[in-house]
Amino acid sequence: MGSKRSDRREFLKRGVALAGGVTLGAVAKSASGQLEGPEAFIQGTDELVGYGKRSSYVTSVRIPHGGRASPDTFGLDFHIAAPLQDSVGVITPSSLHYMGTTRGSFVPDIDPEKHRLMIHGMVDNPLVFTMEELKRLPSVTRMHFIECAGNRANRRHRTVQETHGMTSCAEWTGVLLSTLLKEAGVQDGGDWIVAEGVENVVGASSIHMAKAMDDCIVCYGMNGEAVRPQQGFPLRLLVPGFEGILNVKWLRRIKVVDQFYMTYNDYGHLRQDSDDAALGMQIGPKSVITYPSGGQQLPGRGFYEVSGLAWSGGGAVARVEVTTDGGRSWVDAEIRGTAHPMAHTRFTFNWEWDGQECELQSRCTDVLGSVQPSRVQAIEYWTQRGQPARVKGQDNSIQPWRVESDGSVHNAIS
Amino acid sequence: MRFLRLLLPLPLMLGISVQAQSPTYGLGRTPSAEEIRAWDISISPTGEELPAGSGSVGEGSQLYLEKACAGCHGTTGTGGPAPRLVKRDVGPDAGPWALGRVLPIRAPYATAVWDFINRGMPLYQEGTLSADEVYALTAYLLFLNDVVEEGTVLDAQSLPKVEMPNRDTWAPLPEWWRPGMSRLPSYPY
Repeated sequence: MGSKRSDRREFLKRGVALAGGVTLGAVAKSASGQLEGPEAFIQGTDELVGYGKRSSYVTSVRIPHGGRASPDTFGLDFHIAAPLQDSVGVITPSSLHYMGTTRGSFVPDIDPEKHRLMIHGMVDNPLVFTMEELKRLPSVTRMHFIECAGNRANRRHRTVQETHGMTSCAEWTGVLLSTLLKEAGVQDGGDWIVAEGVENVVGASSIHMAKAMDDCIVCYGMNGEAVRPQQGFPLRLLVPGFEGILNVKWLRRIKVVDQFYMTYNDYGHLRQDSDDAALGMQIGPKSVITYPSGGQQLPGRGFYEVSGLAWSGGGAVARVEVTTDGGRSWVDAEIRGTAHPMAHTRFTFNWEWDGQECELQSRCTDVLGSVQPSRVQAIEYWTQRGQPARVKGQDNSIQPWRVESDGSVHNAIS
Repeated sequence: MRFLRLLLPLPLMLGISVQAQSPTYGLGRTPSAEEIRAWDISISPTGEELPAGSGSVGEGSQLYLEKACAGCHGTTGTGGPAPRLVKRDVGPDAGPWALGRVLPIRAPYATAVWDFINRGMPLYQEGTLSADEVYALTAYLLFLNDVVEEGTVLDAQSLPKVEMPNRDTWAPLPEWWRPGMSRLPSYPY
């Protein structure tokens, strides 16, 4: 004990001496004898004291997705993609979370005091809850991604925001839907639910009871505060790992029914082929390198931490591999932090760039053992079975980025 | 056994004492039948929730102009800034999937057409159409797409019986799926 303490005293003494030396060196550069301060200050205001704001030097923003204006000619918000190229960690800030809407929508401005959630249909006890009552029920807080079915990369896309920006991840808080359904008492034959929002188009989706009773969350919290209006304030449904449109926003009503209801949201995502329907419902293992990614510029050869996001609707990410030679050799990337089920997972890879042209890719394997395919592999799987040459369902194929010798990075989908 | 005896009566007692609320937590309240009727706009493919009322193709063609549908969708159901409402002309042998993503032709059930007009149209005035008007507009759009005859009148009985060309050519969501399963067993990706 005594010797440890004296070691620590020794260390502190030497540490102070060392720090002093470094400081002296820096001070010597300042003619006035004082360190230079920042060039400018952000004026304190009541508004900034109340609710903070990011630096004016940080300009990362969302963009309309898929070539459709947002807001469109009618003033409706349509699909908006998150700037994954600037993302760090796994949380998408609420202001940058991707947004999708049923038909294009005005964002409802809902008074939570007046908002109600009704559960009815094939139940023993139809129930109406106020927001206050929902918040009194046992809650869960979980990390989950939401990804739009339209998150499909093509060769014309330039950046990762265009190829993959219709996915985001947040920490969601709310009541398990199963808690509410058990309170209502689902009757025999109640095999589906219809979940409905209050926006102008009253978007509704049909969800199978097996999923509804498993891990769906009726959320009032997002990233430590109330769900944002664009994300469904005051209440949204979270259907972890399933296609985005099922995550009904501005949730007002859940009806337990006996069949798939073919409501408008369901019609909009109708498939002709049953494999397509299955592969579109639950998201497959997927990953993408966000740095370096399309449109970015490497300043020169040397060390880089390659970084990216991996996720799967099948559960947690089990493994991420990276290639720097276009898929000839793969090495394991490091998973940063905890790989949560159905959540974005940050991976990194230490890379020494030699300044030569090369191609970077990442490949995700989830806990079910499903592996992210290359586009060629996915297409080959179907053509060998006499099917059309395309990636079926939700496209989870590997994204290639080409780094040219001048350091510029490009989408390498051919 | 003692453990079970201690646990079981609790939810039962709560259920009996607060019947108007949720059985375990005693929260929420029972909605009146009137409240449920007012909120429940769902329409199943079998049409069981369809309201009384009726509308004809002729009435629908008038309403299409009066309700400003034509302003966004075009006077002939195409050519406006909003999605087209008439099938594409791709020849007589084309299957329903080749006719475009056009609600009144691709929808497998006519109830889905009724449902969307009822809940989502017209833009800026959603939810203002009467049941008669929705029946009439549905009839008109189905007529424009050669699904029903010009003299058709639709109501709660006839609408679910309309034979949509895509009725049996769509893939249902997988009902075999259970938590913990991959999205398509046998598919390695």
